[in-house]
Amino acid sequence: MSRRDRPWQPGPVQSPSPAGILVLVAVLAAATAFGWWRRRHDGRLRAVRKRPSDAAAPHRATLTALGVRPGERTLVQFSAPVCAPCRAARRVLADVAARLDGVTVLEVGVDEHLDAARELDVWRTPTVLVVDGAGRVVRRAAGVPDRDELIAALTAGAAR
Amino acid sequence: MLLDPRGPRFAAVLTTVVLAIVLVTGSGLLLLAQAVVFALTALNPRLGPYGLLFRALVAPRLDPPLELEPVAPVRFAQLVGLVFSVVGAAGWLAGLPALGLAATGAALAAAFLNAAFGLCLGCEAYLTIRRLTGRPLAGRVAAPPR
Repeated sequence: MSRRDRPWQPGPVQSPSPAGILVLVAVLAAATAFGWWRRRHDGRLRAVRKRPSDAAAPHRATLTALGVRPGERTLVQFSAPVCAPCRAARRVLADVAARLDGVTVLEVGVDEHLDAARELDVWRTPTVLVVDGAGRVVRRAAGVPDRDELIAALTAGAAR
Repeated sequence: MLLDPRGPRFAAVLTTVVLAIVLVTGSGLLLLAQAVVFALTALNPRLGPYGLLFRALVAPRLDPPLELEPVAPVRFAQLVGLVFSVVGAAGWLAGLPALGLAATGAALAAAFLNAAFGLCLGCEAYLTIRRLTGRPLAGRVAAPPR
């Protein structure tokens, strides 16, 4: 049989492999679960626990350097230029600040403030910090925060 | 250089299908072909094969994009895909199917998360990588009005 008569073989292994199908199903299931989990938890506001060893407002100097003014409740948003959801987060914060008195919004670029991002343990954009009048970070959210959750946190006395 | 963000998402759908076929057939050559697609797209996302398909077949049927995204994270994600697909192809072609399965599975997870949830693992990892390396980023800006 000449070479040309043989059927073309695109690769060495061509029969469907049970292991491959197993990996395919497992990866799709795990990725779907992760995607749903991520969608549920993305942007959820978390309380920031204060350890007894901490100073009263351990990050006050960093926050002041970023432009947080003492005595004002401030929503600090960390943004990156490559971040599409940062736009949505910006709209949410502007909306919250428009509805509540004495709430200031401050947007911080991680490019210009990489050290502050490190100190405040920001790993993703957008990350939103709720800072109370004493310069303490009382809540934080990674992802686009929920408007009502933010308003509830700001009016419930957690961030006076 | 800026991109319609739906282009990379469309490319992720095609990539997901190709990687699923690779897993089922164990074809190292098909994965190698996908590696070439990753490499071309990393060089220039607008001229990647799937991006060309998007602009020729899909984009004309859609509204113009409301915003554009920079190419840097897309190129970065393609480079990550390239590494995984080259390792996977080497695994299949060298008779190490476990390596092929693992690398292809990892690439599939990233492509599927992008296609199904719009979650760009490469972009998510970008601030992390910036924190670790100090590399600068390029910005996402509003699309010019037509």
